[in-house]
Amino acid sequence: MTSVYIADGQALACTVIETGPCVVTQVKTQEIDGYEAVQLGFGDKREKNTTDPLVGHFKKAGTTPKRKVVEFKEFTDTLQLGQTLTAGEIFVEGDFVDVIGTVKGRGFQGVVKRHGFAGVGGQTHGQHNRQRHPGSIGACSFPSRVFKGIRMGGRMGGNRVKIQNLRVLRVIAEQNLLVVSGSVPGAKNSFVVIEK
Amino acid sequence: MATDFIKLVEAEFSGKREAHPNFKAGDTVNVHIKIVEGTKERIQVFTGTVIQRRNPGGNGETFTVRKISNGVGVERIFPILSTSIDKIELVRSGFVRRARIFYLRGKQGKAARVKEKKKVK
Repeated sequence: MTSVYIADGQALACTVIETGPCVVTQVKTQEIDGYEAVQLGFGDKREKNTTDPLVGHFKKAGTTPKRKVVEFKEFTDTLQLGQTLTAGEIFVEGDFVDVIGTVKGRGFQGVVKRHGFAGVGGQTHGQHNRQRHPGSIGACSFPSRVFKGIRMGGRMGGNRVKIQNLRVLRVIAEQNLLVVSGSVPGAKNSFVVIEK
Repeated sequence: MATDFIKLVEAEFSGKREAHPNFKAGDTVNVHIKIVEGTKERIQVFTGTVIQRRNPGGNGETFTVRKISNGVGVERIFPILSTSIDKIELVRSGFVRRARIFYLRGKQGKAARVKEKKKVK
Protein backbone atom coordinates (compact mmCIF):
# COMPACT_ATOMS: atom_id res chain seq x y z
CA MET A 1 0.00 0.00 0.00
CA THR A 2 1.01 3.58 -0.57
CA SER A 3 -0.82 6.87 -0.98
CA VAL A 4 -1.59 9.31 -3.78
CA TYR A 5 -2.57 12.97 -3.51
CA ILE A 6 -5.62 14.50 -5.13
CA ALA A 7 -6.00 18.07 -6.36
CA ASP A 8 -6.98 19.62 -3.02
CA GLY A 9 -3.92 18.17 -1.27
CA GLN A 10 -5.67 15.25 0.40
CA ALA A 11 -3.79 11.96 0.70
CA LEU A 12 -5.68 8.83 -0.33
CA ALA A 13 -4.50 5.41 0.83
CA CYS A 14 -4.27 3.04 -2.12
CA THR A 15 -3.17 -0.43 -3.19
CA VAL A 16 -1.16 -1.30 -6.30
CA ILE A 17 -2.38 -4.41 -8.15
CA GLU A 18 -0.74 -6.08 -11.13
CA THR A 19 -3.61 -7.00 -13.44
CA GLY A 20 -2.19 -8.70 -16.44
CA PRO A 21 -1.53 -9.62 -19.09
CA CYS A 22 -4.39 -12.12 -18.78
CA VAL A 23 -4.91 -14.77 -21.46
CA VAL A 24 -8.27 -16.24 -22.44
CA THR A 25 -7.75 -19.95 -21.76
CA GLN A 26 -11.30 -21.11 -22.43
CA VAL A 27 -14.57 -19.69 -23.76
CA LYS A 28 -17.59 -21.53 -22.39
CA THR A 29 -20.78 -21.42 -24.42
CA GLN A 30 -24.43 -22.25 -23.86
CA GLU A 31 -24.36 -25.12 -26.39
CA ILE A 32 -21.33 -27.00 -25.04
CA ASP A 33 -21.13 -26.10 -21.34
CA GLY A 34 -24.69 -25.03 -20.56
CA TYR A 35 -23.70 -21.47 -19.60
CA GLU A 36 -21.72 -18.52 -20.92
CA ALA A 37 -18.36 -17.74 -19.30
CA VAL A 38 -14.79 -16.75 -20.01
CA GLN A 39 -11.80 -18.34 -18.34
CA LEU A 40 -8.73 -16.16 -17.85
CA GLY A 41 -5.21 -17.23 -16.90
CA PHE A 42 -2.59 -15.07 -15.19
CA GLY A 43 1.06 -15.52 -14.18
CA ASP A 44 3.44 -18.00 -15.78
CA LYS A 45 4.50 -21.29 -14.28
CA ARG A 46 6.88 -23.95 -15.53
CA GLU A 47 5.60 -26.81 -17.63
CA LYS A 48 7.52 -29.21 -15.35
CA ASN A 49 5.28 -28.18 -12.45
CA THR A 50 2.04 -28.49 -14.40
CA THR A 51 -0.05 -31.63 -14.67
CA ASP A 52 -0.39 -33.17 -18.11
CA PRO A 53 -4.14 -32.48 -18.45
CA LEU A 54 -3.54 -28.81 -17.67
CA VAL A 55 -0.62 -28.60 -20.14
CA GLY A 56 -3.04 -29.81 -22.80
CA HIS A 57 -5.67 -27.33 -21.69
CA PHE A 58 -3.27 -24.40 -22.05
CA LYS A 59 -1.86 -25.76 -25.32
CA LYS A 60 -5.36 -25.61 -26.77
CA ALA A 61 -5.42 -21.89 -26.06
CA GLY A 62 -1.91 -21.55 -27.47
CA THR A 63 -0.30 -20.21 -24.26
CA THR A 64 2.24 -21.26 -21.66
CA PRO A 65 0.91 -22.80 -18.40
CA LYS A 66 -0.66 -20.21 -16.10
CA ARG A 67 -0.42 -20.02 -12.32
CA LYS A 68 -3.93 -18.75 -11.64
CA VAL A 69 -7.05 -19.55 -13.66
CA VAL A 70 -10.36 -17.83 -12.92
CA GLU A 71 -13.74 -17.99 -14.64
CA PHE A 72 -15.84 -14.86 -15.24
CA LYS A 73 -19.53 -15.00 -16.06
CA GLU A 74 -21.40 -12.10 -17.69
CA PHE A 75 -18.38 -10.89 -19.64
CA THR A 76 -19.72 -8.21 -21.95
CA ASP A 77 -17.08 -8.42 -24.70
CA THR A 78 -16.89 -11.44 -27.00
CA LEU A 79 -13.42 -12.88 -26.68
CA GLN A 80 -11.37 -15.30 -28.76
CA LEU A 81 -9.41 -18.24 -27.36
CA GLY A 82 -5.81 -17.20 -26.72
CA GLN A 83 -6.58 -13.49 -26.76
CA THR A 84 -4.54 -11.33 -24.37
CA LEU A 85 -6.21 -8.78 -22.10
CA THR A 86 -4.39 -5.82 -20.57
CA ALA A 87 -5.33 -3.36 -17.84
CA GLY A 88 -5.63 -0.42 -20.22
CA GLU A 89 -8.30 -2.17 -22.32
CA ILE A 90 -10.62 -2.92 -19.43
CA PHE A 91 -10.17 -0.33 -16.69
CA VAL A 92 -10.49 3.45 -16.87
CA GLU A 93 -9.56 5.94 -14.17
CA GLY A 94 -12.59 6.69 -12.02
CA ASP A 95 -14.18 3.25 -12.38
CA PHE A 96 -15.52 1.47 -9.33
CA VAL A 97 -14.37 -2.14 -8.95
CA ASP A 98 -14.97 -4.99 -6.50
CA VAL A 99 -11.93 -6.92 -5.28
CA ILE A 100 -12.23 -10.52 -4.09
CA GLY A 101 -9.45 -12.19 -2.13
CA THR A 102 -8.58 -14.46 0.76
CA VAL A 103 -8.07 -12.66 4.08
CA LYS A 104 -4.83 -13.21 5.99
CA GLY A 105 -5.23 -15.97 8.58
CA ARG A 106 -5.47 -14.64 12.13
CA GLY A 107 -5.38 -17.95 14.02
CA PHE A 108 -7.46 -18.54 17.14
CA GLN A 109 -8.86 -15.20 18.25
CA GLY A 110 -11.09 -14.15 21.12
CA VAL A 111 -14.52 -12.54 20.85
CA VAL A 112 -13.26 -8.95 21.12
CA LYS A 113 -11.17 -9.17 17.95
CA ARG A 114 -13.31 -11.76 16.15
CA HIS A 115 -16.81 -10.40 16.74
CA GLY A 116 -16.22 -6.87 18.00
CA PHE A 117 -17.43 -7.56 21.56
CA ALA A 118 -16.66 -4.72 23.95
CA GLY A 119 -15.11 -6.89 26.66
CA VAL A 120 -16.06 -6.53 30.26
CA GLY A 121 -15.65 -2.76 30.26
CA GLY A 122 -13.77 -2.18 33.49
CA GLN A 123 -10.71 -3.30 35.35
CA THR A 124 -11.91 -2.63 38.88
CA HIS A 125 -14.83 -3.93 40.98
CA GLY A 126 -13.36 -7.42 41.13
CA GLN A 127 -12.64 -7.87 37.42
CA HIS A 128 -9.09 -9.07 37.67
CA ASN A 129 -8.84 -11.77 34.98
CA ARG A 130 -11.67 -11.28 32.47
CA GLN A 131 -11.20 -8.00 30.60
CA ARG A 132 -11.71 -9.52 27.13
CA HIS A 133 -14.19 -12.27 27.99
CA PRO A 134 -17.56 -12.77 26.25
CA GLY A 135 -19.75 -12.59 29.38
CA SER A 136 -22.92 -14.67 29.56
CA ILE A 137 -23.61 -17.19 26.79
CA GLY A 138 -27.18 -17.96 27.83
CA ALA A 139 -29.62 -18.66 30.65
CA CYS A 140 -29.39 -21.41 33.31
CA SER A 141 -31.79 -24.31 34.00
CA PHE A 142 -33.98 -23.28 31.10
CA PRO A 143 -32.95 -24.10 28.38
CA SER A 144 -30.03 -25.96 30.08
CA ARG A 145 -27.97 -25.70 26.91
CA VAL A 146 -26.17 -23.16 24.78
CA PHE A 147 -28.04 -22.11 21.65
CA LYS A 148 -26.44 -22.85 18.32
CA GLY A 149 -24.72 -19.94 16.61
CA ILE A 150 -23.65 -18.12 19.81
CA ARG A 151 -20.60 -16.09 18.84
CA MET A 152 -17.44 -17.30 20.56
CA GLY A 153 -13.69 -17.34 20.08
CA GLY A 154 -12.20 -19.45 17.29
CA ARG A 155 -10.31 -19.46 14.02
CA MET A 156 -10.40 -16.09 12.30
CA GLY A 157 -9.40 -15.02 8.82
CA GLY A 158 -8.52 -17.19 5.84
CA ASN A 159 -11.99 -16.68 4.36
CA ARG A 160 -12.94 -15.28 0.98
CA VAL A 161 -14.08 -11.66 1.09
CA LYS A 162 -15.34 -9.21 -1.52
CA ILE A 163 -14.54 -5.53 -0.97
CA GLN A 164 -17.01 -3.45 -2.95
CA ASN A 165 -16.76 -0.10 -4.72
CA LEU A 166 -13.05 0.64 -4.68
CA ARG A 167 -12.26 3.59 -6.92
CA VAL A 168 -9.63 3.16 -9.63
CA LEU A 169 -7.20 6.03 -9.03
CA ARG A 170 -4.59 5.25 -11.69
CA VAL A 171 -4.17 2.86 -14.61
CA ILE A 172 -0.56 2.34 -15.64
CA ALA A 173 -0.95 0.55 -18.96
CA GLU A 174 2.71 -0.34 -19.67
CA GLN A 175 3.09 -2.46 -16.53
CA ASN A 176 -0.60 -3.46 -16.35
CA LEU A 177 -0.88 -1.83 -12.94
CA LEU A 178 -4.08 -0.75 -11.28
CA VAL A 179 -4.09 1.61 -8.30
CA VAL A 180 -7.30 1.30 -6.27
CA SER A 181 -8.31 3.32 -3.25
CA GLY A 182 -8.21 1.63 0.14
CA SER A 183 -7.00 -1.82 1.07
CA VAL A 184 -7.71 -5.22 -0.46
CA PRO A 185 -7.89 -8.61 1.29
CA GLY A 186 -4.84 -10.85 1.46
CA ALA A 187 -1.10 -10.71 1.96
CA LYS A 188 1.43 -9.05 -0.33
CA ASN A 189 1.86 -10.87 -3.66
CA SER A 190 -1.34 -12.88 -3.16
CA PHE A 191 -3.93 -13.29 -5.91
CA VAL A 192 -7.13 -11.27 -6.06
CA VAL A 193 -10.05 -11.21 -8.50
CA ILE A 194 -11.18 -7.80 -9.74
CA GLU A 195 -14.76 -7.36 -10.95
CA LYS A 196 -15.99 -4.28 -12.71
CA MET B 1 8.76 -6.96 -7.76
CA ALA B 2 6.07 -5.63 -5.52
CA THR B 3 8.22 -2.80 -4.17
CA ASP B 4 9.22 -1.82 -7.71
CA PHE B 5 5.58 -1.33 -8.62
CA ILE B 6 4.96 0.78 -5.54
CA LYS B 7 8.00 2.93 -6.37
CA LEU B 8 6.60 3.39 -9.88
CA VAL B 9 3.34 4.75 -8.47
CA GLU B 10 5.16 6.92 -5.94
CA ALA B 11 7.41 8.39 -8.64
CA GLU B 12 4.53 10.63 -9.72
CA PHE B 13 4.80 12.61 -6.46
CA SER B 14 8.30 12.00 -5.14
CA GLY B 15 9.79 14.73 -7.34
CA LYS B 16 8.10 17.23 -5.05
CA ARG B 17 10.36 16.17 -2.19
CA GLU B 18 13.49 17.36 -4.04
CA ALA B 19 11.83 20.72 -4.63
CA HIS B 20 11.75 21.33 -0.86
CA PRO B 21 14.85 22.19 1.18
CA ASN B 22 16.36 19.46 3.29
CA PHE B 23 15.14 20.13 6.82
CA LYS B 24 14.91 18.12 10.01
CA ALA B 25 13.76 18.33 13.60
CA GLY B 26 14.82 21.58 15.30
CA ASP B 27 14.74 23.64 12.12
CA THR B 28 12.46 26.66 11.76
CA VAL B 29 10.45 26.64 8.54
CA ASN B 30 7.86 28.73 6.70
CA VAL B 31 5.23 26.44 5.18
CA HIS B 32 3.24 28.11 2.40
CA ILE B 33 -0.17 26.44 2.21
CA LYS B 34 -2.68 26.92 -0.58
CA ILE B 35 -6.13 27.63 0.81
CA VAL B 36 -9.20 27.55 -1.42
CA GLU B 37 -12.07 29.83 -0.39
CA GLY B 38 -14.95 29.41 -2.78
CA THR B 39 -13.37 30.04 -6.16
CA LYS B 40 -10.41 32.09 -4.90
CA GLU B 41 -7.11 30.61 -3.84
CA ARG B 42 -4.71 32.28 -1.45
CA ILE B 43 -1.48 31.40 0.32
CA GLN B 44 -1.21 31.16 4.08
CA VAL B 45 2.14 30.88 5.83
CA PHE B 46 2.62 28.70 8.88
CA THR B 47 5.91 29.41 10.65
CA GLY B 48 7.28 27.23 13.42
CA THR B 49 9.77 24.65 14.60
CA VAL B 50 9.82 21.21 13.01
CA ILE B 51 9.52 18.68 15.81
CA GLN B 52 9.51 15.48 13.77
CA ARG B 53 9.52 13.89 10.31
CA ARG B 54 7.63 10.62 10.01
CA ASN B 55 7.68 7.71 7.53
CA PRO B 56 10.59 9.07 5.48
CA GLY B 57 10.96 7.86 1.92
CA GLY B 58 7.40 6.83 1.19
CA ASN B 59 4.46 8.78 -0.19
CA GLY B 60 2.97 9.01 3.28
CA GLU B 61 5.84 11.07 4.72
CA THR B 62 4.69 13.84 7.04
CA PHE B 63 6.31 16.47 9.24
CA THR B 64 4.99 18.25 12.31
CA VAL B 65 5.47 22.00 12.85
CA ARG B 66 4.96 23.57 16.28
CA LYS B 67 4.50 27.24 17.03
CA ILE B 68 3.21 29.34 19.92
CA SER B 69 0.15 31.31 18.83
CA ASN B 70 -1.23 33.85 21.35
CA GLY B 71 0.41 31.93 24.17
CA VAL B 72 -1.11 28.61 23.06
CA GLY B 73 1.00 25.85 21.52
CA VAL B 74 -0.26 24.89 18.03
CA GLU B 75 0.98 21.89 16.04
CA ARG B 76 0.18 21.11 12.42
CA ILE B 77 1.00 17.91 10.59
CA PHE B 78 1.71 18.28 6.86
CA PRO B 79 2.09 15.49 4.30
CA ILE B 80 5.36 16.56 2.70
CA LEU B 81 4.25 15.62 -0.83
CA SER B 82 0.80 17.16 -0.52
CA THR B 83 -0.27 19.23 -3.50
CA SER B 84 -1.66 21.91 -1.17
CA ILE B 85 1.85 22.85 0.00
CA ASP B 86 3.07 25.63 -2.27
CA LYS B 87 6.61 25.78 -0.92
CA ILE B 88 8.66 25.29 2.23
CA GLU B 89 11.34 27.79 3.27
CA LEU B 90 14.11 26.89 5.67
CA VAL B 91 14.51 29.93 7.94
CA ARG B 92 16.98 28.66 10.53
CA SER B 93 18.57 25.29 11.15
CA GLY B 94 18.66 24.28 14.79
CA PHE B 95 21.05 22.12 16.76
CA VAL B 96 19.23 19.26 18.51
CA ARG B 97 20.44 15.85 19.58
CA ARG B 98 17.38 13.81 18.69
CA ALA B 99 15.10 13.22 15.70
CA ARG B 100 11.87 13.94 17.62
CA ILE B 101 12.00 16.92 19.93
CA PHE B 102 8.75 16.39 21.81
CA TYR B 103 10.39 17.80 24.95
CA LEU B 104 9.58 21.25 23.51
CA ARG B 105 5.95 20.63 24.40
CA GLY B 106 6.66 20.76 28.10
CA LYS B 107 8.70 23.95 27.92
CA GLN B 108 7.74 27.61 27.78
CA GLY B 109 9.38 30.90 26.86
CA LYS B 110 13.18 30.95 27.05
CA ALA B 111 13.38 27.25 27.88
CA ALA B 112 11.60 26.35 24.62
CA ARG B 113 14.34 27.78 22.41
CA VAL B 114 16.46 25.68 20.06
CA LYS B 115 20.15 26.49 19.66
CA GLU B 116 21.19 27.51 16.17
CA LYS B 117 23.39 25.11 14.28
CA LYS B 118 26.83 26.58 13.57
CA LYS B 119 27.77 26.48 9.94
CA VAL B 120 30.97 24.60 9.15
CA LYS B 121 33.26 26.51 6.83
